[in-house]
Amino acid sequence: MSDAPDRRPGQAGVDRSRVPVPGAGQAFRFPPIEKSALPNGLRVWSITHAAIPLTSLLLLVRRGAASDPRGREGLAALTLDMLDEGSGDRSAIQMHEALAAIGAQLDTDIGPDASLLGTTVLSRFADRAMHLLADMLVRPALRDEDFSRVRQLRLHRLMQLRDMPGALADRTFTNLLYGSHPYGHTPLGNEVSLADMAVSDVREFHESILRPAETTVVAVGDCDHETIHRLAADAFGGWQGYAPTLTESGNDLPHPARLNVVPRPGAPQSELRIGHVAVPRSTPDYYALVAANMILGGQFVSRLNMNLREDKGFTYGARTAFEFRRQPGPFTLQVSVHTAATGRAIEESMVEIAGIRGRRPVTAEELSVGVAALTRGYARNFETAEQIARAVTQLLVHDLPDDYFAQFVPAVEQITPRDVMSAAERHLHPERLTTLIVGDLDAIGDSLPGLGLGEPVILHAAV
Amino acid sequence: MKIAFEKHTLANGLDVILHEDRGCPIVAVNLWYHVGSKNEVPGRTGFAHLFEHLMFEGSAHHDHGYFQPLQGAGGTLNGSTNADRTNYWEVVPTNALELALWMESDRMGYLLPALTEAKFSNQRDVVLNERRQSYENRPYGMVPMIVLAALYPPDHPYHWTTIGEVADLHAARLEDVRDFFSTYYHPANASLAIAGDIDPARTLALVKAHFEEIPAGAAVRRVRPAAPALAEEQRLVHEDRVELPRLYVSWHAPAMFAPGDAELDLAADLLANGKTSRLYQRLVFEHRVATDVSAAQNSREIGGFFQVAATAAPGHSLAEIEAAIVEEIDRLVSDGPSEVEMERGRVQAESQFMFRLQSVGGFGGKSDQLNAYNTFLDDPAFFERDLERYEQVTRESLVDVTAFHLHHGRRVALSVVPRGRTELSLPNSTKADVA
Repeated sequence: MSDAPDRRPGQAGVDRSRVPVPGAGQAFRFPPIEKSALPNGLRVWSITHAAIPLTSLLLLVRRGAASDPRGREGLAALTLDMLDEGSGDRSAIQMHEALAAIGAQLDTDIGPDASLLGTTVLSRFADRAMHLLADMLVRPALRDEDFSRVRQLRLHRLMQLRDMPGALADRTFTNLLYGSHPYGHTPLGNEVSLADMAVSDVREFHESILRPAETTVVAVGDCDHETIHRLAADAFGGWQGYAPTLTESGNDLPHPARLNVVPRPGAPQSELRIGHVAVPRSTPDYYALVAANMILGGQFVSRLNMNLREDKGFTYGARTAFEFRRQPGPFTLQVSVHTAATGRAIEESMVEIAGIRGRRPVTAEELSVGVAALTRGYARNFETAEQIARAVTQLLVHDLPDDYFAQFVPAVEQITPRDVMSAAERHLHPERLTTLIVGDLDAIGDSLPGLGLGEPVILHAAV
Repeated sequence: MKIAFEKHTLANGLDVILHEDRGCPIVAVNLWYHVGSKNEVPGRTGFAHLFEHLMFEGSAHHDHGYFQPLQGAGGTLNGSTNADRTNYWEVVPTNALELALWMESDRMGYLLPALTEAKFSNQRDVVLNERRQSYENRPYGMVPMIVLAALYPPDHPYHWTTIGEVADLHAARLEDVRDFFSTYYHPANASLAIAGDIDPARTLALVKAHFEEIPAGAAVRRVRPAAPALAEEQRLVHEDRVELPRLYVSWHAPAMFAPGDAELDLAADLLANGKTSRLYQRLVFEHRVATDVSAAQNSREIGGFFQVAATAAPGHSLAEIEAAIVEEIDRLVSDGPSEVEMERGRVQAESQFMFRLQSVGGFGGKSDQLNAYNTFLDDPAFFERDLERYEQVTRESLVDVTAFHLHHGRRVALSVVPRGRTELSLPNSTKADVA
């Protein structure tokens, strides 16, 4: 039979009187980016990362959901979704077959400020992949019957989201914070705006917004720049386009109520979102806020998670995030809690936000753990060709210098506890925080007055 | 295409597998314990997973949370439990290898002294929250509970899900935890794989220094239930907070790596995965009766199940979808896959295996794969042969396996419908029993 718990260290065991301290790491180096451009304005960037015979190709377009016209929320994402539904005289099925024949899975991604289209393939298929991506972006078929099918699927998706409390919370919260501002909707759009769309909107968007001057081809992997440039020139050279006029809308931001509830009778958990509009990527306090967020709610051992999950057992996980966008993005605290714990979870969340601003000073030890989490494992984020390619798109979206990644660790290491608290004080405003609960109002109603957030506004879910 | 490695077995039975990859200054440490929910008994389900949580709550020489030292050193880490095994891993910068080995060996060898009633009770609450968030409070979330209970008899260890039953989680006691640890968490029931920026000789010496002192436990008896079989079709209906009805059709299928497993994996793709699949084109693209469709050959250690799922578009019935699934399976059996479909399957398999060589750590990384092959087959070199068994699938073998396993009269057909709308289920469905 086994003999636990009386296991004793043998002669050759290690010192278990203390946890080992790792030695110094190496300085992080980011590989060089080679760059060129086509006469039509399309940029071509590549990095050689030849560990295995794979090539990752990404097309980055610096236009996203914030470019949706008013009343056509969801148009950018829908257009992106339609790019693989046939091109030239190729039907949608034929396009899918062409991708599958080279083992390619198409990745598309859209955020408020940018759109991404890409794939990773065995390197011997890189030329075919490049041509397929070009066919998608430059000459998509955008047929009416494909449009109606894709639109219908997106409407069904919206319908499904009604029963996903997390998605409901995200969509409602976005709308609370931003209202009619270009950031005021999630890329999927809403049922009304999707119903109002016609295929002519998609063609117009493609024609006027998705242009070579807004686009960069990023190639990383078992490739060389000369070949990539030649492939890109071959595939994209004929793409004409004028630079679109920028319609920077200066929408006023709304002033949401401090407490909002979307009732979900019988819900076993409440989805909570607490936050407000914060800062753009260009903020001079970027590094201090990244460190502040790590300490507050950016890792398992953060103040928020240790409080709500490990100490109180309210939740499976709690976190915070600053979204750094081209215009001011949101600060959001996000947690899903057992219904009965809703009121207390909100109280504790407020305590933690107040704490990081100075009420519970950040210690050197806490900062050290947070900085270590941000910096010591930095190299992990750049292991695969696709990770490196995606990292490069960050430089493009936010106009960052080529040495941004190499400079990240030294910049974060210079942050002090004072920097963290004063950045938190400048950019986190308890009196401006909006709280949203998606949960069982009947079960939690009694705990709300005690929060001191005023009368709750009862919302219907934003569809 | 292969993952080069060296394998050693310590005197206490711990398998140690080392793979050198200097591409990135990181090391992946990955540890598998050959225990999962199939080692549980009715009345004590959910236990293997609850125990996994407790492994993060401190050990005798580090009676604090497991995350902090490793995240502080720049690592990322996680673990998971499934029916057959529990894995724990961290990916750390090169200089933190010793730390990772220290932490893993301390919890393997010295967990019990740090285990308290308070920690146990708290993690039980966390797991109950996890069950709410991932299953109870999620649309279609309870489907695994229903399907597994219908496919497997109550005394078969795949009958219950890894998260376990609420009553069983409440009934679990601290003494159960101690017994569980002694039985399953020892070096002879474990496999340690290390991949990345390592010098193998130095790494082996470090592993020995940290793990050799931990004694082996008794060999774990293999779980060997009678092979399950469905005598007839089961039609079930479950009402849920969903907008659209969804149909899940499931059949018993070969175990992982067993004959027929690769065939059904390819059949799943060509039937229902992605925009080139037959059911996608028919149901989603052409007729628009479904909003989505998918299929999977869910192969596990001692058995598998094949499942097709499709969500009905508004105004369309699950009966229409079911008829299409039956027809496409019949057509696959009678006409076989096309040459285009076979070639696509080959290229996709080659690509998928190449993608799996990109990462040293995390779920599905090279270290995880080495441990999987070692734990289930006692053969870490199986990667190459794994790809080969896909390349060796022929039109004939695919047809034969599909015909044999995907029998229309021996399957579980579950309709999940909006509350109050049982008329949307397949005809003659009985209400599913779900806790």
